Amino acid sequence: MKESGMSLIVKRITRITVSLIFMFGVYILLHGHLTPGGGFAGGVIIALSFIHLVLAFGKETAFKRLDQVGASIAESFGGLMFLGIALLGVFAGKEFFLNVLPKGTPFDLFSSGIIILCNIAIFIKVGAGLFAIFVALAIMRIPVDDPGREDGR
Amino acid sequence: MVVFFVVIPLLAAFLIPLVSKMREGSARVLAVLSGSLLLLLSIAGIFMIKNGSIVYSLGGWRPPFGICMVLDGLSVLFLLVINLIGFIALLYSWDYIKRYSSQGLYYTLFCLMLAGLNGVAVSGDLFNLYVFLEITSIASYALVAFGTQAEELEAAFKYMVLGSVASAFILLAIGILFGSVSTLNMADIARSLAGSESRKLILFCLGLFTMGFSLKAGLVPFHTWLPDAHPAAPAPVSAMLSGVVIKVIGIYALIRLVFNIFIFTPAISQIFIWMGIISMSVGVLLAIGQWDFKRLLAYHSISQIGYVIFGIGLGTPLGIIGGLFHLFNHSVFKSLLFLNAGSLEYATGTRKLQEINGSGRAMPFTSVSSLVASLSIAGVPPLCGFWSKLIIIIAAFQAGNIIGGITCILVGMVTLASFLKVQKYAFSKQAGDIVSKIKEVPLTMAAAMSVLALFCVLIGLFFVPFLDQLIRPATNVLLEGANYVNLILGG
Amino acid sequence: MSLYILCFILFLLGFYCLLVKQNLIKKIIGFGIMEYAINLFFILLGYRWEGEAPILDKHQVIVNFVDPLPQAMILTSIVIGLGVTALMVAIVIRIYEKHKSFDINEIRKLRG
Repeated sequence: MKESGMSLIVKRITRITVSLIFMFGVYILLHGHLTPGGGFAGGVIIALSFIHLVLAFGKETAFKRLDQVGASIAESFGGLMFLGIALLGVFAGKEFFLNVLPKGTPFDLFSSGIIILCNIAIFIKVGAGLFAIFVALAIMRIPVDDPGREDGR
Repeated sequence: MVVFFVVIPLLAAFLIPLVSKMREGSARVLAVLSGSLLLLLSIAGIFMIKNGSIVYSLGGWRPPFGICMVLDGLSVLFLLVINLIGFIALLYSWDYIKRYSSQGLYYTLFCLMLAGLNGVAVSGDLFNLYVFLEITSIASYALVAFGTQAEELEAAFKYMVLGSVASAFILLAIGILFGSVSTLNMADIARSLAGSESRKLILFCLGLFTMGFSLKAGLVPFHTWLPDAHPAAPAPVSAMLSGVVIKVIGIYALIRLVFNIFIFTPAISQIFIWMGIISMSVGVLLAIGQWDFKRLLAYHSISQIGYVIFGIGLGTPLGIIGGLFHLFNHSVFKSLLFLNAGSLEYATGTRKLQEINGSGRAMPFTSVSSLVASLSIAGVPPLCGFWSKLIIIIAAFQAGNIIGGITCILVGMVTLASFLKVQKYAFSKQAGDIVSKIKEVPLTMAAAMSVLALFCVLIGLFFVPFLDQLIRPATNVLLEGANYVNLILGG
Repeated sequence: MSLYILCFILFLLGFYCLLVKQNLIKKIIGFGIMEYAINLFFILLGYRWEGEAPILDKHQVIVNFVDPLPQAMILTSIVIGLGVTALMVAIVIRIYEKHKSFDINEIRKLRG
């Protein structure tokens, strides 16, 4: 088979919808401190957009954008970022997880201090993590006679 | 800084996947570094609580509104157990884990497990405790399955199913408790329960908690996963699971809830005592017939956990001291025995006692340290296991529990017999021709075993200052259960 | 009260499925039912009769909030459930590759 993935119609529609799904995820993320949603919901939507790509185009095309190694790195980075934000309070000489940034006026997009930064960190972690779970379960099938140990017992 | 007990292993766990992509060997450096930092921090913790316990509120939200972390005598004891055994196991992994592929993954999971365990030990919030408990459990399920052989996968699946049932029971109990008192801070729950009337609901909750945590601890009616899961894991992980995990997410969480949130009634005391007696005898009887070294050790874990819960269940000061002291000792010598079993497997490639066939003679470090650990678990003076068993037996007779005391003595004798068998087959039997082919394990593994053997001897010789410094503050926390409320909520 | 009891029955149903079914995939489904029964129970705990969503907005006065704390807890619990389920499925895939079967009677080697 020359072309992997689904038919032309699906690919064409996917090109249009994936960017929309991506933008919707970012919207949910950025308004997490104002409306329902936030980092977790946004991350799930982003992960779904990548899964959508994998389903429509086959794994080779989709993994050019984000493969399992990239997802794993992004996940660790998200976790580190979240911890770093939480540690800002300790560096300021106060408690862990203290909201050190200025709060701003309520109901503005840029308000509520570190919450939006935390949301971004969770967004990266959840998006990459869910995508990595999908890839690990669906794509990365190991051969049957390949033991995990190097000595082959 | 109480929060660093959780932050350091989490930082290591997130950094390891990043650095191990660049250099495979850097993962273990980072893991051992974080382990040693944690060990230093938990030793510092002993001195930090000299002037009273520490309450740390996250994000500056005072309890009962925010999540708080508490460092008192009991937490410090368990933190020391976790981080001591964790550091030794990481040191042992340095060479041992080279046999497996994907070292980075192993160290990530190990650090996550350490973070979860430390979090359980310091948490002062019920739901937070559940979250840390689940982090520990998920990491340990994955570590049990790490070898990905058929037998390991099956053990991991069994462990996962029963572990998830336990977690579901615990979560359900937390939900019922939250529904009836509308708070999650443990001290606040204790205060609300002291004045509440709905006793039946509380008893139901207590039953669910006992069931869930006993499943996690591997006490006898709920022990079936333990003899499969503990031998299946890599040796350092078995040492962690048997030495630390069942104690922290089983015994620690149970006694923290029972003594500091609920009230320790005679009925609970009877339940603990009988669970202890049954675990002790069933565990040791099942252990006699085993020929797989690690499986035998896993059955002995059930039996020794029975001692711990029996001692604590007596409810007298001496009984609690004995129980907690035995808990510490058991984590030292049982981890050491699992590391010995790992060394024998590393050298000979088998865990069957008949096939090892006296080959331990070629391995001086392993044979000497395993002799120390075996005598210690069997309760031979002056090693550490003797004193804690003696205290528990004296406490049992003082409390008038003749059956329990006699069972303790009998189980101790059977344990001695069982470990004499191990010593005979593994080390002192006339060696076959396999001996010429094997040699002593690498230096870090030998060092890890030697340190633990040294601990067995030193605690046995200087047990009085040890009891004064570490066990007595922990016992006071349990005995003066109501003080926990005053400590956190400030009178 | 009857709602809570129904939740508990759902929980027991999942528990039964987890314990009795011979198929590994069905066991995972049973675990999922248990998980969701507990989640439902938590959400019901926080529900107030004719309560509104606990979201503050401009020019809005809400007097009867639904309790948001159980919802936050359930979000955490769902994530934990996701992790456990994913790990279970991964292990079952590996088991299937070894034994070519999902039936526990054909897999059982260990004795507890």
